[in-house]
Amino acid sequence: MSLTEIAFYFLSFLAIFSGLAVILSRNPVHSVLYLIVTFFSIAGHYFLMNAQFLAAVHIIVYAGAIMVLFLYVIMMLNLNEEQEEKTKSWVKIAAVVSSCSIMLILVSLISKSTIVMGKAPMADDAGLVQNLGKVLYKDYLLPFELASVLFLAAMVGAVYLSKKETSKS
Amino acid sequence: MEILPNITIQHYLWLSTALFALGVFGVLLRRNAILMFMCIELMLNAVNIALVAFSKVHGDTSGQVFVFFIMVVAAAEVAVGLAILMMLYRNLHTTDTDALNNLKG
Repeated sequence: MSLTEIAFYFLSFLAIFSGLAVILSRNPVHSVLYLIVTFFSIAGHYFLMNAQFLAAVHIIVYAGAIMVLFLYVIMMLNLNEEQEEKTKSWVKIAAVVSSCSIMLILVSLISKSTIVMGKAPMADDAGLVQNLGKVLYKDYLLPFELASVLFLAAMVGAVYLSKKETSKS
Repeated sequence: MEILPNITIQHYLWLSTALFALGVFGVLLRRNAILMFMCIELMLNAVNIALVAFSKVHGDTSGQVFVFFIMVVAAAEVAVGLAILMMLYRNLHTTDTDALNNLKG
């Protein structure tokens, strides 16, 4: 077994087990911390696939921004184990059955299908910011600008929603 | 079809499938809205892994650019979604989605 293989399997098991821990842990703060572990292992996968810039952005955006936001909200709402949700047993069974069937469908689809190879293998430096920037600003300029509009709308929406109502109607 | 030595695209797709199914499982199982959001993030990241693996196989950086856009949408979604959750908590004093039954006949 080569080093990259070991790294792949280690990161995969880490991602899956910490993903399971996110769902099954009772304390929301623990869930957030396990989700951060999952995100770090996914960033490791990006490194293995030569997407270096993507890995860095993934850590900054997810572990740095989104999960901090989650932690803030959980601590602001003061959620802990005492306010435990009661999931009905038929909901539990339905969740297991439907997620297993989705997994079964996707796995059978993947194992049956043949994947067409590309013309040329990817260059080792294709994931660097220099090359990604060229693609982003040449071929995907309009989606990029639309993404900035989406961010503006999201910012306005978040500020408006979390504002305290001053006048009661 | 090998991405890494002895690791094919299928391995990455199976990993992606497992994470996606975990996300679906979490959204269906947990009743806490914040946990449901986190499971949605897990599903989005599963798709991102598949996109990066395909971009590696096809030698095309477009897949990585798509991952950027998914991250943008995820960040916007979390910002608005958590604001909605704060509103919900302010009005109902819970984040349990079973409490949102006002439209039930």
